[in-house]
Amino acid sequence: MPMIKPVLSLSNITKTFGRVLANDQVSLDLFPGEIVALLGENGAGKTTLMSILFGHYLADQGEILVRGKALAQGSPRAALSAGVGMVHQHFTLAGNMSVLDNVILGTEPLWGLKTRRRKACKKLEGLMKQFGLKVDPHAQVSALSVGEQQRVEILKVLYRDASILILDEPTAVLTPQEADHLFATLNQLVKGGLSIIFITHKMREVMAASHRCVVLRQGRVVHETPTRDTSPEDLARHMVGQEVEKKARQKLIPGNEVLSLKNISLSGTAGKTGLEHLDLDLRGSEILGIAGVSGNGQSLLADIICGMTLPDKGDILVHGSPMAGPSPGAMVRAGLGRVPDDRTSTGLIADMNLMENMASETYKKMPFSRFGLLNFKAMEKETATRVKHFDVRCPGLNTVVRNLSGGNMQKLILARELSGKPGIILANQPTWGLDVGATAYVHDRLLEAAQNGAGVILISEDLDELFLVADRIQVMSQGHLSPAMDIDDVDREALGLIMAGQGETHAH
Amino acid sequence: MRIEPRENQSLGRLILALFLAVAAALSVCSLLILWSGASPVQGWLLMVKGALGSKFAISETLTRATPLIFTGLAAAVAFKAKLWNIGGEGQFYLGACMAILLGTDTGLSAWALIPWLFVAGALAGGLFLLVPTLLKTHMNVDEVVTTLLLNFVVLLFVNWLVFGPWKDPMSMGWPQSAPVVDAAALPVLLAKTRLHLGFVLGVGAAVLVWLFMERTVWGFEIRAVGHNPNASRFAGMPVNAVIVRTALISGGLAAMAGVSELLGVKGYLTTDLSPGFGYTGIVVAMLAALHPLGVVASALFVAMIYIGADSMSRAINISNYIADVTTAVSLLAVLCALFFTKYRIRRG
Repeated sequence: MPMIKPVLSLSNITKTFGRVLANDQVSLDLFPGEIVALLGENGAGKTTLMSILFGHYLADQGEILVRGKALAQGSPRAALSAGVGMVHQHFTLAGNMSVLDNVILGTEPLWGLKTRRRKACKKLEGLMKQFGLKVDPHAQVSALSVGEQQRVEILKVLYRDASILILDEPTAVLTPQEADHLFATLNQLVKGGLSIIFITHKMREVMAASHRCVVLRQGRVVHETPTRDTSPEDLARHMVGQEVEKKARQKLIPGNEVLSLKNISLSGTAGKTGLEHLDLDLRGSEILGIAGVSGNGQSLLADIICGMTLPDKGDILVHGSPMAGPSPGAMVRAGLGRVPDDRTSTGLIADMNLMENMASETYKKMPFSRFGLLNFKAMEKETATRVKHFDVRCPGLNTVVRNLSGGNMQKLILARELSGKPGIILANQPTWGLDVGATAYVHDRLLEAAQNGAGVILISEDLDELFLVADRIQVMSQGHLSPAMDIDDVDREALGLIMAGQGETHAH
Repeated sequence: MRIEPRENQSLGRLILALFLAVAAALSVCSLLILWSGASPVQGWLLMVKGALGSKFAISETLTRATPLIFTGLAAAVAFKAKLWNIGGEGQFYLGACMAILLGTDTGLSAWALIPWLFVAGALAGGLFLLVPTLLKTHMNVDEVVTTLLLNFVVLLFVNWLVFGPWKDPMSMGWPQSAPVVDAAALPVLLAKTRLHLGFVLGVGAAVLVWLFMERTVWGFEIRAVGHNPNASRFAGMPVNAVIVRTALISGGLAAMAGVSELLGVKGYLTTDLSPGFGYTGIVVAMLAALHPLGVVASALFVAMIYIGADSMSRAINISNYIADVTTAVSLLAVLCALFFTKYRIRRG
């Protein structure tokens, strides 16, 4: 379409965070009346790109044009007044207020609210009619279904006269039926003159709803094509990239089963995915990778293994014997080392110091305490040894751990969890948000633990990571867990399809 | 301008911030004294003289500080666990009730009777706080509301007691209970003053609470749960049990204030035994930044203000409400100061 000018044009956007290149010369054009799917794995740079568009980050390089005019960078207001609106994955609605109030909140000045409300209501109803977005303007938002709430979010953006709409993972919270409804709405919107970018990592949606798709991988645009010229397989291959070299290491002979989940089920709450009939067997001296796009039940699985959540049905066997009452404490005593996905709010007590955090699981035992009294000398000595061994960089052992960097926090958790030489290790996204050096360090420690006979479960959204360290792999998709596959027998394309819920192994 | 967290939080900076805050509060209140037509310098001097100017004045200040140490500790322990016990006033009166109920002629010597009354009172206060605490842990009921409202339940109950079944026939119609036996009275520490053994017990309790919170595994659990219940649960701590234990300690300490005040000062129960010691204990705890030893200092400070304001108001005719205003302004100033010990403001 050389004759038509793009309504939105991002050119050569580059953004680095420290050593990490989040966006590398990304260019993206959006033409009038078009739906573009922005596709990519987590961490591919989609969110960074959109944050730059909305002025939350300043790009190191590059230019943004809206209808040919340069957009002032670093100003959220500029994007809004230029007619670019965003619907976030997590809604920003006040549940105790009506639909109408939510729409005018922050848009209309508060004086003369009565007359403005009447006018606003008329405008809102006009928008609803024009785009076929049916919601009762006087209904309380908390009483609406998730799909309806999303419609309110879209109406909020339309009410502000946006003509370019960005949707961030709009279907993450929707049922398939609601998602289809959304796609119909999107078509109606572009017919009404809007242009839309939607961010996703689900192939089915790209195929169903977009005109054109752009694939981001490691901060770069790696593929751009009209949707009708591509296939899910093709997109999956571009999304997950080429094979990477597997870390050279000796193949270990797996030992006995150390942890088994038998037929675990847990019903989901509030529109979230539950777990259905999970089976998992972890053996000593192996790393079992759990792949999958986030939000498919991995965090529930991790919570169950950590003892934080009880399953509705099913058994947890540790070294062959069933756990009677799984609780976090019982799991620790059973010899489970746990690296949670949330370092600052679950893994550590951020307002306490290194010594206290080092002792937070085993404070009742020697050497940390005796006869109920804390032994500070022993705490200090033990912490100093472990901190040194795990290379935690800190100003002092009395430092509140909130002040450590993400990598050092993770090393501190590893120091606590691995020093006791646990037989079973659960690592949930252990390298999330870490730089290259810290990531390699975490991998080495997990490999070392497996070498010493431990069974390791590694939950990760990063296929590269799994191919690097895992021996076997299982895929989570919509609350189901695929059978285990030997890492040497699978390729990323097949995994990508199972992750996207299209693979053959996926039970419906 | 940006607000960002500080990397380290030193004790020295904390103490400096507290002193600056109190100084700022006193300056603000000086303006009020000036406004009511007196000299602030003279006012504060009279206040210090009233609180510390003589042996008797000092003894009165220490006597007033005694229940505040106990209720201040009660609030400090509970708030460390983020258990918002606003029910110190009710627990205070329950302790006092237990002292009246059991402080009868049992033939026990003072050595046995006084500890027994403290233990019984503490048990009553602790168990009473258990009700809102279990509602919180099991049904997520907001304990701020329940503990606050239970204060009125207890106060009305005491009202009924002293007007009804416990009314002393010898009191010439005044609504008050019969006094406890002589063996239960706390010994006076200083002749011709009201300063009693309760003060020593309060300071001892502060030291014990400090050691408990800092040195024992149970204190460690309370601090951890208060900082982050989710991470504490993940680490295997029995979060609900920790909160229940905290409630027993906090309610017990507040009730001991009531026992001490009843056995040490009045000897009998009335509905004005406490001029709000339970509530003032919250202020005391906050002024001390929840540090048990700091509670002793801030209880003395608050007691000084109250005792001193009484004599100042008599001498230069300023309403003794200046005491309430001073403690309230100090509290606000300290809360602001505590913020700046954790965060700093940076330009740009």
